[in-house]
Amino acid sequence: MTSPIEIEGETASVALDKETAAGNDGADKDQDKKELTGRSPGQLMWTRFKRDRTGMISACVVLFFFAVAALAPVISAVYGKNPYTLYAQEPDYPFLLDDFAMPNGPFGGVSGEFWFGVEPNLGRDVFTMLIYGMRTSLFMALVLTFLCVVTGVIIGLIGGYFGGKVDYWLGRITDFFLSFPNQLFFIAFMPVVTALFVSPTDETPTYLRAVAIILVSWFLGWMGMARLVRSSVLSLREREFVEAAKVSGAPRSRIVFKEILPNIVTPILVQGTYMLPSAILNIAFLSYVGVGFVEPTPDWGRMFATGAKLYELDPAFMFFPGVAMVIFVLAFNLLGDSVRDAFDPKTGR
Amino acid sequence: MLQFLIRRLTGAVVIMFLIGAFTFFLFYTIPQDFAALSCGKNCSPENLAVIRENLGLDKPIWTQFWDFMVGIVAGRDFPVGHCDAPCLGVSFHTGDFVWDSIIDRFPLTLSLTVGGLVIFLVLGLGSGLLAAWKRGTSLDKAVSGASMVLSSFQIYFLGPIVLGIFVYSTGWLESPKYVPFSDDPAAWALGLLIPWAVMATIFTAQYTRMARSTMIEQLQEEHVRTARAKGMRQRYVFFRYAWRGSLTPIVTILGMDLSGLLAGAVVTEFTFDLAGIGRLAVDSSLTKDLPLTMGVMLFGAFFILLLNILVDLAYAYIDPRVRLA
Repeated sequence: MTSPIEIEGETASVALDKETAAGNDGADKDQDKKELTGRSPGQLMWTRFKRDRTGMISACVVLFFFAVAALAPVISAVYGKNPYTLYAQEPDYPFLLDDFAMPNGPFGGVSGEFWFGVEPNLGRDVFTMLIYGMRTSLFMALVLTFLCVVTGVIIGLIGGYFGGKVDYWLGRITDFFLSFPNQLFFIAFMPVVTALFVSPTDETPTYLRAVAIILVSWFLGWMGMARLVRSSVLSLREREFVEAAKVSGAPRSRIVFKEILPNIVTPILVQGTYMLPSAILNIAFLSYVGVGFVEPTPDWGRMFATGAKLYELDPAFMFFPGVAMVIFVLAFNLLGDSVRDAFDPKTGR
Repeated sequence: MLQFLIRRLTGAVVIMFLIGAFTFFLFYTIPQDFAALSCGKNCSPENLAVIRENLGLDKPIWTQFWDFMVGIVAGRDFPVGHCDAPCLGVSFHTGDFVWDSIIDRFPLTLSLTVGGLVIFLVLGLGSGLLAAWKRGTSLDKAVSGASMVLSSFQIYFLGPIVLGIFVYSTGWLESPKYVPFSDDPAAWALGLLIPWAVMATIFTAQYTRMARSTMIEQLQEEHVRTARAKGMRQRYVFFRYAWRGSLTPIVTILGMDLSGLLAGAVVTEFTFDLAGIGRLAVDSSLTKDLPLTMGVMLFGAFFILLLNILVDLAYAYIDPRVRLA
């Protein structure tokens, strides 16, 4: 579900660059010094990216994670377990947990039946908990990143292009939101935002928790992007191709969306690549401290909360979600660096 | 310099007022019934009435806001008694003044934040400089690789592992606990050793990468090349020319990371079961003790602003253009 979009997103912007590169002077500059056959910046980026082995490997790892998350229902159907059933209470698995409600068997009860072991006390399957948890986290992180990128781009474009008073006040508002202590704000506003939808006497449904988490994180997530876009727009606004478009009577919307926007896709994409893992960590943070998702929703962050409580007795429970998250964040960071290098080979690592 | 400081302080006061107003209005206008929300499920009408009276919810919102702001500056009276100057209201669960609960928990968070900050700045910038100095050698590769991997770790994953190694299996250290600095500085440091180490590891890794890349960028600058061409000693060029230039971006990023640092302290508190500001915020959020939640949030904002002013001062000290502008 999600992985093809990620890839398409990249190629789509490449295609966008290709179209615009033919028409405007701004993108031509890059080409002139490169070579005579005239490859578009997008093609150049792709060639460089293909040569970067770290980048390709991390892209594959990231894709793998997205594929697993997207196919979680299929995988769990084939695997024959789900994240909700308390297998310790099923008659088929009499010896799953020992007398202390700890998993029987090596390394948290790893077996052919339960690949990543079972959860202490409740006896749920760790493997499906993890893939469903990743599904929740990745899906929410994608939505959140998308919202933040769109908001940031719109505010940055408006501020950068119109300048003057509009820019001044948008800048002040951005600075104001930047001075909030994010995480404390998230914790503090979760009950308030939840109260928007649910009366205080009712139980909060899971999807509303998800909406509340996204709303709260969105609120303080767009400022970095807005600043980046604004500064990029400022540097493009006075360029010749924009002037030319203005002189030829192009409407404002065309100048902003067709002339300027395609030229700042690169920094937006790079920043977006860095934003996604931090969105995942933010959501995991909320569930970890206990204001995000609650039982029995499978969630990556919540597994850490359970794992930390049980660590002294069953360290293996934390192992799989932890290693998965480290690999994912690492791959994403490396991918971000590679994308940046491919777009702009001048910044050395 | 003094003028610069005054300007920054005035700005901070304005921002603080705005954050206060913004938070206040969101907290008091979004929920349809503030008192019912904080009272929770199975709320008896008597409790509801008490909460309403305590909060002064019968008054118009502007009066409430005025009372709240006056309370912060001059203190105010509640049915439970007089609340002294920085008054952030009364918690309805414990009946304590919000300010007192915060001040009670704050030393722990402060120790974590400042201790962690000092450790990761020294280690991170140190190893970043080292890697840039020995660029391309195996030492550089080892440092860069390790910092890349470590920066992808999370406090809540690394913390239990460290606890498992040093406390549960080997017993070399005791479980982290907080002893006030004034009671016993040695016990204070020993008790917070693991939390500091875990928190600082992740930030150290990030700052190593950053320090290394900014240093390498600076070393390619033309004035650095000129200095080298003049035949200046390598060490002099490295510290007086390149290091000086890379301080500004590092301090800028540090200023932006401050709220992340506070968040790191919050996660660290949870990982090691320490009762600081973060625990207070989450507990109050879960029990819907809104005055306390709001108080912690405002206090956090204040703390970040204060640290930001310190960062700005460092900025002005490093870069003369800032204080003259």
